[in-house]
Amino acid sequence: MTKSRSSQKYLEIWQLQKSFPTPSGPLVVVEDFNLNLEQGEFVSLIGHSGCGKSTALSIVAGLTPASKGTVVLGDREVTGPGPDRGVVFQTPCLFPWMTVMQNVTLGLEQVMPKVSKAEREAVARHYLELVDLGDSTHKRPTELSQGMRQRVGLARAFALSPKMLLLDEPFGMLDSLTRLELHEVLLTLWRENKKTLLMVTHDVDEALFLSDRVVMMTNGPNATVGEILHVPFARPRDRVSLLEDPAYYALRERLMGFLEDHAQRPSETPASDGMKPEPSRPAPVINAEA
Amino acid sequence: MSAFVEMRGVSKGFDSPSGRVHVLENIDLEIAQGEFVAIVGYSGSGKTTLISMLAGLVKPDSGTVSVAGKLVRGPGSDRGVVFQNYSLLPWLTVFENIQLAVDQAFARESLAERRARTEHYVQLVNLSHARDRKPGQLSGGMRQRVSVARALAMDPEVMLLDEPFGALDALTRGTLQTEIERIWRANRKTVVMITNDVDEGILLADRIIPLAAGPRATLGPAITIDIERPRDRKALNHHPEFKRVRKQVIEYLLSSAARRRAARSEAQAPSSAPAAAPVGS
Repeated sequence: MTKSRSSQKYLEIWQLQKSFPTPSGPLVVVEDFNLNLEQGEFVSLIGHSGCGKSTALSIVAGLTPASKGTVVLGDREVTGPGPDRGVVFQTPCLFPWMTVMQNVTLGLEQVMPKVSKAEREAVARHYLELVDLGDSTHKRPTELSQGMRQRVGLARAFALSPKMLLLDEPFGMLDSLTRLELHEVLLTLWRENKKTLLMVTHDVDEALFLSDRVVMMTNGPNATVGEILHVPFARPRDRVSLLEDPAYYALRERLMGFLEDHAQRPSETPASDGMKPEPSRPAPVINAEA
Repeated sequence: MSAFVEMRGVSKGFDSPSGRVHVLENIDLEIAQGEFVAIVGYSGSGKTTLISMLAGLVKPDSGTVSVAGKLVRGPGSDRGVVFQNYSLLPWLTVFENIQLAVDQAFARESLAERRARTEHYVQLVNLSHARDRKPGQLSGGMRQRVSVARALAMDPEVMLLDEPFGALDALTRGTLQTEIERIWRANRKTVVMITNDVDEGILLADRIIPLAAGPRATLGPAITIDIERPRDRKALNHHPEFKRVRKQVIEYLLSSAARRRAARSEAQAPSSAPAAAPVGS
C-alpha cells in the first residue's frame, strides 16, 4: 500500500486482437480488447470456457504473440516472456525430483544470481512460510496434495518478485472448499507484496472475493471486454461477513447474470455440449479422448 | 421421520504403510423416502468411502447400513450409482450401455419391453440423437448423461451420485444440474449426492449435510433447505434462506478444516510461525 495510486496504467493493453488461421479463413478469437491496470491492482478476467480469456492472458505473458495491438508493462512493450511477469497455471508444474525448497530456489538462481545460496534459501523459506509450508520444505511434490502443490506454485511466483503476476485459473483443479483456503493464501502473499495481478477465472465467488475489479468477457469468437465491475469491499476481506452482506450477493447476481446471458456456446450443435471449445482448434465436434 | 436410507454408528478405516487411517468415524445418517440429500465436504475427507458403503461396494468396519429396512450386504440393483468418471463400457454404444443395465435389472421382461425401457431413458437424458455413438465420440457432459440414464434405467429405490458433475465445465454442470432436478421432480427417487460444491448442494437438495474434514470425519448438523422448487440459480442470490444455509455450511466446513490443521501442527512439533488464519484473516 506504500505505492501511490497515481501511477495509473501500469499495464496497458491496447486494441488487442488475436486470430488463428483455419482452413475456412482466420478465426478471430479476441478482438478490440482494451484494459488498463494500475500498479498494485488485482483484476480478474471472467468468462466462459473457451471465450478467449486465457488467450488474452497468454499474450500479456508474452507466450502468444498478438495479431494486432500492443501490451505495455511499466513503460516497456511486451514482446516475449520475461522475468518481469510471473505466470501461475492451473497446475504448478513443479519438478518432481526436486524438493519444495529446490523448486522455489531454482527460479531465484536466475533472478538473483549474485546472491549466496543461503540468502536465496532464506527468501524461499520466507515465502514458503507465508503459504504455510514452512515445515514441508524438504518434501517432494508427490508427497503433497494438489492444494499444497499450488501453494508452492504461488510461493515460487511471488518469491521471484516480478513486476506483475498472471494467474490462469490457478485454483481450477482444486475442489471448491480447498479453493477457499488457497484464496486466503494468495491474499496473504499479495498483502505482503502488492504486485499488480491479473487472474483468469470462471468462478464468480473467487473473482468477487479476491479482486478490485472484475472484467467480464463476452463469448468468443470476437471476444472482448463486456462489462467491468468494481468490487468495493474493504480489505482485508472477511469471507464469513461477506457471506451475509447483501451488497455481495447483488454483485454476485450481476456477474452470474452476465455469464447466463452469454451462455450460448460458440458452436451450438447438439454434439458439442460439455466440450471445452479450444480456440486454437475451432472445428472438432467429437471429443476424441477416451 | 421414517428412515429409508440409514447408517448407524458407521466407521471405516484403511491400512496404509504408516498405519491404520481412520477415514470415517461414527457416521449416523437418516434419509426419508423421496428425499434429496446432499453431503458436502473437502476432497479426501471420505465422501466416496461413505457413498461406496451405501452402494455396498465397501463394507464398514463397524456399524450398519440399511436401505428400505434391509441391511446392505453388497451392491444391488435397488441402488443406482453415478460416478464422477462415468464408468461406461467404451466398446458399447449409448443405447447398449443403458440396455446392459436394463437387461440385468429386468431380466424377466421381453426383449421388446426392455428395448422400450432403454429407449425411454435415452430420451429422458436428451441423447436420442447420439444413441448409436460410443463413449469415445461423446463429450464429458454427454457421457455423464449416459451414466445417469443407466442408473435410472434400473429403476432403483435410491440414486447415489458421487460428485457427478465434478469433471464438467461450469456451463455443462449447470445444464446437468437442471436436468437432474427435473428428473428428480418427475420420479421422486431418494437421492444421496456427494459434492464439494456448496452451491450445487443448496440448489438441488432438500437437506444439506457437511462432512467435517478428516481423518475421523463425521457428519455435521443437517440443514434443511426451505426454498421452493424449481430453484433459479440467479434468483437464489437474493433469497435469505440461500444466504443463511450457504453461510452456515461454509462456516462449518472452514472451521472444521482449521481445527484439523491446528490438531496436526500440534501433533507435529511446535510449529515455527503462527499459521495464517484461514478464516477471517
